[in-house]
Amino acid sequence: MQCQECSENEAVVHLTQIVDNDVTTRHLCEACAAEKGIETGAALPPGTPGDFLSTMAKGVGAGLPGMEDAPHAVCSTCGMTMQELRDLGRLGCVDCYLAFEKPLRELLRRLHGSTTHVGERYQPPGDEVEQPVAQVADLREQLKVAVETENFELAAELRDRLRGIE
Amino acid sequence: MIDLSLLSDGGMPWLDASGRASHLVLSTRVRLARNLRDRIFGIRNSPEEREAILTEILAATRDTPQLAEAMLIRMDQLGRDDRELLHERHLVSRELAGLEGGGDVRAGAALLVQNRVGVMLNEEDHLRLQGLQSGFALEAAYEEVDTLDSELGQRLALAFHPQFGYLTSCPTNVGTGLRASVLIHLPGLVLTKEITKVLQGLSQVGLTFRGLYGEGSEVVGNFFQLSNQTTLAKSEFDLLDHLGKMVRQIIEYEEQARQVLLRDAPAIIEDKVWRAYGLLRHARSLSVEEAMNLLSGARLGVGLGLIPDVSMYTLNKLMVYAQPAHIAAQDTGVTAPSPSAINIRRASYVRESLTAGLGNTS
Repeated sequence: MQCQECSENEAVVHLTQIVDNDVTTRHLCEACAAEKGIETGAALPPGTPGDFLSTMAKGVGAGLPGMEDAPHAVCSTCGMTMQELRDLGRLGCVDCYLAFEKPLRELLRRLHGSTTHVGERYQPPGDEVEQPVAQVADLREQLKVAVETENFELAAELRDRLRGIE
Repeated sequence: MIDLSLLSDGGMPWLDASGRASHLVLSTRVRLARNLRDRIFGIRNSPEEREAILTEILAATRDTPQLAEAMLIRMDQLGRDDRELLHERHLVSRELAGLEGGGDVRAGAALLVQNRVGVMLNEEDHLRLQGLQSGFALEAAYEEVDTLDSELGQRLALAFHPQFGYLTSCPTNVGTGLRASVLIHLPGLVLTKEITKVLQGLSQVGLTFRGLYGEGSEVVGNFFQLSNQTTLAKSEFDLLDHLGKMVRQIIEYEEQARQVLLRDAPAIIEDKVWRAYGLLRHARSLSVEEAMNLLSGARLGVGLGLIPDVSMYTLNKLMVYAQPAHIAAQDTGVTAPSPSAINIRRASYVRESLTAGLGNTS
């Protein structure tokens, strides 16, 4: 069944409303339902990120800044392209996180609600232990730049990281 | 054929139902997804690279106390029957076992098992560290796997980003790489039709559910795997704490639902559980779905104290040993038995196990 709103996607939300004893049922796709503020709850869990990325590319994600900015981005280490990333929903190597950083940030925010890891921090074998003091100073500097350039999203993330350390 | 008797408890220490709330919770699993910093992820690397990854990781595990005595099972050197056996024991994912679609097992795919920890090698991520406990035991499962992670992290350079945390092939695992799951039996909530509400509630608080065999598997026999949906932006402690609180609440709901059923429909419930038990004891042919559903009924009867003389251990064991690959692997002299022969053999095995287990309710 097609969505009654956009007539493009499959209707997955079936909304029944009763107003003054009149029963009306509307059939909507995920994106149109979300636009109307209808939470479907189970919308994300069953899908693979591949589906999710495809959906983002086709509908919800069409207006995402990262996707538009970097449609032809390629990872120079493993050769992963944006199209493959959308189809597979999997990254090919560590450097993919840099090659597709912008759309990934948006995706991570949607998947996890934020892009900042607050769990255990890892110190690779043989590396000098990063001094917390130096780290804090570095983050403060980054925060200052972020505020000056009005990059408030980054500023909020940096603030959270600083709080985590302090 | 692989000799799984070499594994202590057959690789399933959780079968003994010794853990907390084990009349409802079969097992608790915590896994950490990790990758080597300087190697291409599984989705894009070559067989040679996968072999090199395996060699590198195995060298590191030899000096790791938790894996020094581990049994190494090379999935890529096993036939499909053996790989299915390992999957049925919840030791490997469908992907590692090469059971997805028409797919075959990939080069370098391997499993390390020692007591309550296991490591899948060359899965979607280079390393999937798993801690497995009987009953409801999130802290214990995490503690084991966290110690292993720290040990291996000192010997291998892992992929970690200061902002994104541990880097994984799939963006749904990035950050902590932690997925904790609790395999729980909820027949009371299913019978009282409260389950939909409970499951919908889960997705609203960042948790999710899957079937008996994890991702992509169907819910059968009222067994649900409850787990965290997100892995980033929360600490390991918070992820476990959040899941733990919800599981405790669901356990409470399930207990309440069972009391409601006993109070309002005792005859119906008694009839249901005894019918299930009766069929298990006497049926001459059982499909795997039917067996799982009947085991669910019998388990409810044992949990409510209606059916005496049957132990949770026997029921747990049947959940695994009545699966298709386990029944097919029984040494009966018949190779490649037909589906109907398998169903007959399954019914016979279930009857024998229940008779042998009678009176042994420890």
